[in-house]
Amino acid sequence: MPGPFSRDDVERVAQLARLELTADEKDLFARQLAGILAYAEQVGAVDTAGVPPTSHAPGSAAPLREDETAPSFPREDAFGGAPEADPDACLFKVPRVIG
Amino acid sequence: MGLPFTALAVRDAVAAGKVSAVEVCRAALDRIAASDPLVHAFLTVAPERALARAAALDANPQRANLPLAGVPIALKDNLCTRGLRTTAASRILDNYVPPYDAEVVERLEAAGAIVVGKTNCDEFAMGSSTENSAFGPTLNPWAADRTPGGSSGGSAAAVAARMVPLALGSDTGGSIRQPGAMCGVVGFKPSYGRVSRRGLIAFASSLDQIGPLATTVADAAIAMDVIGGHDPRDSTSSTLPPPACASALDGNLRGLRIGVPRGMLADGLDPDVESAFDAALEAARELGAEIIEVALPHSVHAIPVYYIVANAEASSNLARYDGVRYGVRAAGAEGIGQMYEKTRGRGFGLETKRRIMLGTYVLSAGYYDAYYLKAQQVRTLIRRDYDAAFERADLVAMPTSPTAAFRLGERTQDPLRMYLADVFTVGANLAGLPAVTVPCGFTRDRLPVGLQFTGRAMDDAVVLRAGDAYEQATSWSDQRPATPGFSSSR
Repeated sequence: MPGPFSRDDVERVAQLARLELTADEKDLFARQLAGILAYAEQVGAVDTAGVPPTSHAPGSAAPLREDETAPSFPREDAFGGAPEADPDACLFKVPRVIG
Repeated sequence: MGLPFTALAVRDAVAAGKVSAVEVCRAALDRIAASDPLVHAFLTVAPERALARAAALDANPQRANLPLAGVPIALKDNLCTRGLRTTAASRILDNYVPPYDAEVVERLEAAGAIVVGKTNCDEFAMGSSTENSAFGPTLNPWAADRTPGGSSGGSAAAVAARMVPLALGSDTGGSIRQPGAMCGVVGFKPSYGRVSRRGLIAFASSLDQIGPLATTVADAAIAMDVIGGHDPRDSTSSTLPPPACASALDGNLRGLRIGVPRGMLADGLDPDVESAFDAALEAARELGAEIIEVALPHSVHAIPVYYIVANAEASSNLARYDGVRYGVRAAGAEGIGQMYEKTRGRGFGLETKRRIMLGTYVLSAGYYDAYYLKAQQVRTLIRRDYDAAFERADLVAMPTSPTAAFRLGERTQDPLRMYLADVFTVGANLAGLPAVTVPCGFTRDRLPVGLQFTGRAMDDAVVLRAGDAYEQATSWSDQRPATPGFSSSR
């Protein structure tokens, strides 16, 4: 299991998660995440040799069905909540992507 | 005076034409207006919408056949309602008006229920106290200096203060049952797959379930009969036919074996909670149940397993909030990368960010096997413990929460301590099992205590039957807090 959580770790993970954090949040998370992860590391001591992982509780059926055409979500509804969009052109607008 | 309150009583009176849905709706709105300034259970109240729908119901000649005819209901604000703001108590969804209804909302309204508003919760259902709401906390109707529990604290408080007889919440690690217990009401988490989650704002998809909060188990059972069952638009919903819950309530526990995992109750249990729990077991024995001891040895790892699995899934589910298709976009960003980071950094609250960070970390390269895969394996061991217990017992009984409602601000600086509030509830989520909380007494400070029954997967009706039998034999559910605005009797 990995060691304590540094401020560099916080910045690396925040980058992966696309989260802008304040300096105070970085300090707080470095301290708290270290504590929470140290607590979570107790699972590492459990003998799980040969034990399969559970990704979902049993009960979900995920049944297959025929692939049939049906009305889709109306375009005006799909674009209705967008911060910036051009529904007629079927576009969500975002800030510049390439330099 | 004389207006019915419980869902069952309202339904029967509206069906018989003794009272109109509009009268019932207006009374609920009056109670909300009187009590909610003190409780803050609601984020949105929708009086015009509710009264218009109640009037339409009164004009509907089929209303006598509707199982929830005229019943006022509150919905946790992570359930999508077409045309009605839905925030998940987050700034990032401050302006979100869903273009569709959650499946459960469609089913409730088709059954005659009247949605009166949307209730407060921890942001994205992440929390155990409702203090993580971006719109301020909900107060516990039993004690204004206490939290209502969480994350469905608004729904629990709205029912506890008798503003509405019925509310929906969602339960990922105890978020229906723990606030139900802390507010002295009934809360039911169905089996995984029993209720469609289409239109539930996702937190942790292998754990989330929608369920009812009510003042009686009978009301929760009626709600389950309406919302349960396969939905072709949610591929995780079970195709097994749902049991008839309301008709399964026969008022006795004869022939049921109830297992008690004494080993996991040893640490951190409040003595008042423990004595209420022991008295409840004695009452169950008198009702014909056989009490035996069972072991859930891997449950000591349930909290760390839960916080690894739930946060990993949350970090993935919450990636969708990117300021592009809906929700709030932060201004002043240069380029799309900065737009994502500012939108998410400013839109999410502290606990949500903390959990996204944890989840991203445990899924990141080099740590996946040590945390996420390992937690999923221990999850299997926790499930197997329950499987073994259910070979000997029909139900497992535990206190719902190790303590009664804690004080506002008491645990907000210590996330780990907050997480331990879920120690008796997360097991049912990890194993996909149905579980109910029913009121079973009070602490010496007169704060409610909850009794939890957990059952076999898909045995939802047996769990509700046991909760109802206990409730019928005791008077705890009749007690209500002295919140103003309540003017009708049960």
